[in-house]
Amino acid sequence: MKVSLELLADRAADQGLLDVAYTMSDSPFGPLLLAATPSGLVKVSLPGHDPEETLEDLAARISPRVLEVPARLDEARRELDLYFAGKLTEFDLPLDWQLSRDFRRRALRAIDRIPYGKTRSYTEIARSAGNERAVRAAGTACGANPIPIVVPCHRVLRTGGALGGYGGGLPMKEALLKLEGAL
Amino acid sequence: MTALPPFQTLLDEYAAEVMAVLRGAVGRTDADDCFQETFIAALRAYPKLGDASNLRGWLLTIAHRKAIDHHRAKGRRPVPVADVKEVGVYDPEPDDGIWAVVGALPPKQRAAVSLRYASDLPHTEIAAALGCSPEAARRSLHEGLKRLRKELA
Repeated sequence: MKVSLELLADRAADQGLLDVAYTMSDSPFGPLLLAATPSGLVKVSLPGHDPEETLEDLAARISPRVLEVPARLDEARRELDLYFAGKLTEFDLPLDWQLSRDFRRRALRAIDRIPYGKTRSYTEIARSAGNERAVRAAGTACGANPIPIVVPCHRVLRTGGALGGYGGGLPMKEALLKLEGAL
Repeated sequence: MTALPPFQTLLDEYAAEVMAVLRGAVGRTDADDCFQETFIAALRAYPKLGDASNLRGWLLTIAHRKAIDHHRAKGRRPVPVADVKEVGVYDPEPDDGIWAVVGALPPKQRAAVSLRYASDLPHTEIAAALGCSPEAARRSLHEGLKRLRKELA
């Protein structure tokens, strides 16, 4: 049966019928759910979020053709493992931004440019996204980041240096910043 | 309208059952091919499926059609042997005695018996899968079982 299912995943991909591939991946913080479309990594779901709900959401927002195909996420998993081991400072993965639009997408693109080990304020992100006064919206964009860790919303802090919030919990945000030597 | 669940859910819940039905319907050797064709066809049609309330019945219907296609294709294929049997079945499982006989039943009876016993479908769902009335499904099942009892006696 396992062979049949692997063959099915290959055929589905060949025929353009694999819209979302996903896998679970271990991390020092607990299991992550990784999902990719043919365009690139589209979702990283942090520990503490229900994977089933995440998959249902992907089915509704992208396509119900969602299959568990770990091989499609080998490179993402490899880079994340290296990152958590402190051996990778820049991800080189194609990203699919379709889950964010407009201001949020611009804010996330700005966040994606924050270098390893550096931090920015929500105000700076709002400015980069084209609206300096939309500080609260920049915070919301961080909170709604579909690709955390890889798009490093953990590098965004309150003006003055307070941690702000994090989808994986503040201890995780703090640990990531320490790993990068930013704290 | 119920939202369509991620397709993986269908594989997790029904793949084994679809395989069992196909083994009953076309034999172990050809079941793998029919399995692939069933799920590729299902994947292709899935996003446009309007009703998510009976995904199991929907999948088994596709499986049944693929089994029929398979038998038709097999019927057209020339086989260079002196004694041509309707279906060639190789099944090393211990229950192959029964399924080989099931495989030799006429198509409607074979499908009814497979859907009932490999898949545990009620008459109404067998009828839906075969595209006939529940009475006709019951009749096919009855005739099929009668014949099996005779063959295996």
